[in-house]
Amino acid sequence: MDSRRAPRTVIDPKVRQVGFFAPPDRSQSVPLLQNSNSPPSPPLSDLSPSGNSLSPVMIPPPRHLSDLSSRAVPVGFPPNRLLSPLHRFSGESVIPVGSYNPSEFASPSVGDFFEEKNAQSPGPRRSRGVGGSGKFASSLPAGGFELPPEVKPKSLTTVSVVSNLQPNVTEKVGEQSNESQDGRGANSKPLKEKTSKAERRALQEAQRAAKAAAKAEGNAGSGVANSVNTKAGKASKAPVQKKDNVSVAASEKRGGERMTDKDRKKDVPHPRMQFDDTSRVEKAKKRAVVKQTEVRNRVELFRHLPQYEHGTRLPDLEKKFFRLNSVHPAVYKVGLRYLAGDISGGNARCIAMLQAFQESIMEYSPPKEKALNRDLTAKLNSYVSFLIECRPLSISMGNAIKFVKSRIANLPLTLSESEAKTNLLSEINKFINEKIILADKVIVQHAVTKVRDGDVLLTYGSSSAVEMILLHAHELGKKFRVVIVDARPKLEGRLLLRRLLGKGISCTYVHLNGVSYIMSQVTRVFLGASSVLANGTVYSRVGTACVAMVANACGVPVIVCCEAYKFHERVQLDSICCNELGDPDAILKVQGREEINDLKDIANDENLQVLNLTYDATPSDYVSMIITDYGMIPPTSVPVIVREFRKDQILI
Amino acid sequence: MLDTHALVHDFLNKLKRRKIEGSKGTAKLTAELLRTVISQQRIPNTNQAGALVDAIKAIGEQLVAANPVELAVGNVVRRVLHIIREEDLSLMTSAIGGPSLSVISDDENDVDRDDYPVLSAAAVAASARNALRAPSLQTLLEDMSHSAAVHHSSSSVDDSEEKTKSTDKNSRSRKLKHNVIETVNELIQDIAACHEQIAEQAVEHIHHNEIILTLGSSRTVIEFLCAAKEKKRSFRVFVAEGAPRYEGHILAKELIGRGLQTTVITDSAVFAMISRVNMVIVGAHAVMANGGVIAPVGLNMVALAAQRHAVPFVVLAGIHKLCPLYPHKPEVLLNELRAPSELLDFGEFSNCMDSSTGTGFPLLHVANPAFDYVPPKLVSLFITDNGGHNPSYMYRLIADYYSADDLVLQRKPAS
Repeated sequence: MDSRRAPRTVIDPKVRQVGFFAPPDRSQSVPLLQNSNSPPSPPLSDLSPSGNSLSPVMIPPPRHLSDLSSRAVPVGFPPNRLLSPLHRFSGESVIPVGSYNPSEFASPSVGDFFEEKNAQSPGPRRSRGVGGSGKFASSLPAGGFELPPEVKPKSLTTVSVVSNLQPNVTEKVGEQSNESQDGRGANSKPLKEKTSKAERRALQEAQRAAKAAAKAEGNAGSGVANSVNTKAGKASKAPVQKKDNVSVAASEKRGGERMTDKDRKKDVPHPRMQFDDTSRVEKAKKRAVVKQTEVRNRVELFRHLPQYEHGTRLPDLEKKFFRLNSVHPAVYKVGLRYLAGDISGGNARCIAMLQAFQESIMEYSPPKEKALNRDLTAKLNSYVSFLIECRPLSISMGNAIKFVKSRIANLPLTLSESEAKTNLLSEINKFINEKIILADKVIVQHAVTKVRDGDVLLTYGSSSAVEMILLHAHELGKKFRVVIVDARPKLEGRLLLRRLLGKGISCTYVHLNGVSYIMSQVTRVFLGASSVLANGTVYSRVGTACVAMVANACGVPVIVCCEAYKFHERVQLDSICCNELGDPDAILKVQGREEINDLKDIANDENLQVLNLTYDATPSDYVSMIITDYGMIPPTSVPVIVREFRKDQILI
Repeated sequence: MLDTHALVHDFLNKLKRRKIEGSKGTAKLTAELLRTVISQQRIPNTNQAGALVDAIKAIGEQLVAANPVELAVGNVVRRVLHIIREEDLSLMTSAIGGPSLSVISDDENDVDRDDYPVLSAAAVAASARNALRAPSLQTLLEDMSHSAAVHHSSSSVDDSEEKTKSTDKNSRSRKLKHNVIETVNELIQDIAACHEQIAEQAVEHIHHNEIILTLGSSRTVIEFLCAAKEKKRSFRVFVAEGAPRYEGHILAKELIGRGLQTTVITDSAVFAMISRVNMVIVGAHAVMANGGVIAPVGLNMVALAAQRHAVPFVVLAGIHKLCPLYPHKPEVLLNELRAPSELLDFGEFSNCMDSSTGTGFPLLHVANPAFDYVPPKLVSLFITDNGGHNPSYMYRLIADYYSADDLVLQRKPAS
């Protein structure tokens, strides 16, 4: 952190080293980052450090911006000043303005630097990327760094790109930010063939001119745009790169806060669709792609939740395959797999969805005369509603969708289609890698420290994070026994049991009802979570609350493992207001026990209702500790993480 | 004699093989068996009661050993022993107390008669069981055995008046046997009728539009709920299915057959649903002297959840389930592990269940306990066939039904 602060104070020379540099520098920079980041972060120390460590990544751009804009005023660009305060947050947008100040940035040396960088794009990008991930991971224990090799280039590019993206970019702002975006967008394309500098420049100019012209017709601020146009891309680029390192201005702080305020207002979770509101349900039905039959006897308490017959939907959907033009085949496939229950578990569902989005974005091209952001957002919305019809979204998926949408919304309009797409793809990749895969690794690192020799660890159902912890602890040679508690109707524990036995871990298998019997032998309870809500409530597979409660009654510590991207600002006290209903038939039939069929013949009796809940809410006082990628925290600290994490998500 | 041996043996086998399940059925069969044993028992001229008690104890010990977890067996054996002692005492007092009849009977008339119109020893015993005797100064002052004698002397008054001075040994022994058998018959009837007795109280506990949660299956619970339904109470029942035996399905079917609105939920959803539940009503396997409950597996979880949400946790139990023992580590010692095949398919995991892993220990253990122990602090109320009781009151009920000499059925190894 110190090392990051230092360059900021000294403006020019160091900028080049840290921000972008020729290949020789790269070898230096990596160790430098590691030195600076890894030692000060012992896994536990972390909450506030992690917050801090993120802030250097995020805060600088706005600072620079204000810096620039304040400087710009005397130079005289009234249109910019007229732009709403939003501009302050959208650092990128104002940067071109800053770039007009020739005294500061337009030095030829900088320009040269740029050219050099462009020519050798893979090199610098990589190094920057490493820097970025290092920053991100600074709160993580040392082991958490290894990205899979193929991941690297992508996350790198994203880092450089991400810094451009600011929330709440208005169209105008986007317009003005073109230059910088153009240049950088081109750079950030990992696979772009090396066209000559001149060609590229020409291309950019042409695009810019076209867009600016189009804009100028309707736009009062066109003057600005024009003037921007006249400027060379080279000048515009420099500030962009610099903004990471420019010194802090107090005003920015304010700006940042305001942004979160505004953002907070915007992001207060919408009340969910209530399915006992008939008019809205009717409307939704008209829109629906999937024809859904409602379950016969719905449980009174849960009329507000969607509950559909399971069996009828799959064939129905399959038939419709060729008629569903609006849904991309990849999304369609994922939807079907949700419906069939092939993919379950928060992470798996989320990754599958994001990858489907990636695929659809790859093959996406906006219709003429439509802005990419808007059209793509609409497209995405239709995909999401399709997925919701297949299975209600998990909270983690909701967060991921929010992330993708914000990225789309913040795409500068000036980006060419392919650039925008690459940009998005790499953003999504980065989300998957950092928020899910890396986060799991970090959680494992933390959690393994809580496993001692001779422990008896209890887990419920099948959580991917917990499974990784157990396997890792086993690899480390720790001697422990695992108690797997399982419950109907999913019996996911059996699969986990199979996998653990395959690795040679000694297991005890118990049904949920027998948990009080076994709990006296247990020394730790590890649980997964679908989400952690802001009041510390752990929203997880139904039955988790029972296990946590019994553990609490027996004085056994309960450790919840959950990636921070699953945290949500919503609060919930019970498991009824918000939940997901599963297939009721799964309860009537007992898998593998055909002799139990008492309810089959009366399944249609109007007095019989069958309730198959999917989630429940574990009160925070049953939870001793939550292990997340930001470290090990008590449940009371969840709102802090939620706040930090959201900021981080927006500003990355 | 041979007959009874064969019978006892047969019953023992059934118990050992767990052919008989359910505490009520077991209790009834045990009582019937003991009745035959008593009727077949040849009684010596002296110390008849002692001989009977010894015989019953010997059999009782075997029965308890056959299925130590089924506490109802021991309970019934103790009840029968208690009955024998009672009857013997009453006969003795009638024989000895003949001359002093006037004194005692006067006394007793004041204290007891007006409360309990006395018909026979059995009736008195039953009435004593069904309601508590009002504490009288006398009973408090007299020592324990005397008070018991006094108690029964009241009953013997009529008998002794009817058959005055029947000092003939033969008739006395016949009378003892006869009385005992009659009382045991009553016990059997009590056991059979405990459902109705408990169900009668349903209206007092279930109100309109309530939501009631139960787990597993219990005949008593079904009768209780249906009794409330018959009284035009409309309410809804959540039935947790009670894996791995899924008795909840049977219960749900029964309830639906009787027209109750029933919702079947998984066991895991208990915590989620309990916040909307007004009352938890469950059956029990046995009630211990401290007020703890040995219950079908899963109920401890339900009780904890109920406590968390301050939902009353009501246990229905016939008196025959009341066990005079104090539990120690009941969740292990009074538990039974059932076949793992109820949880896992042997075929699927057979390679993990043997000790072929080389370490000597199989990798996979499957625990399938049959019972849970619910500590007394989690129980709000017991409803028995003689009314509702607090868990803390259970020890006192025990004094009414069992004599202290019988609490330990096992004979000393020396003897």
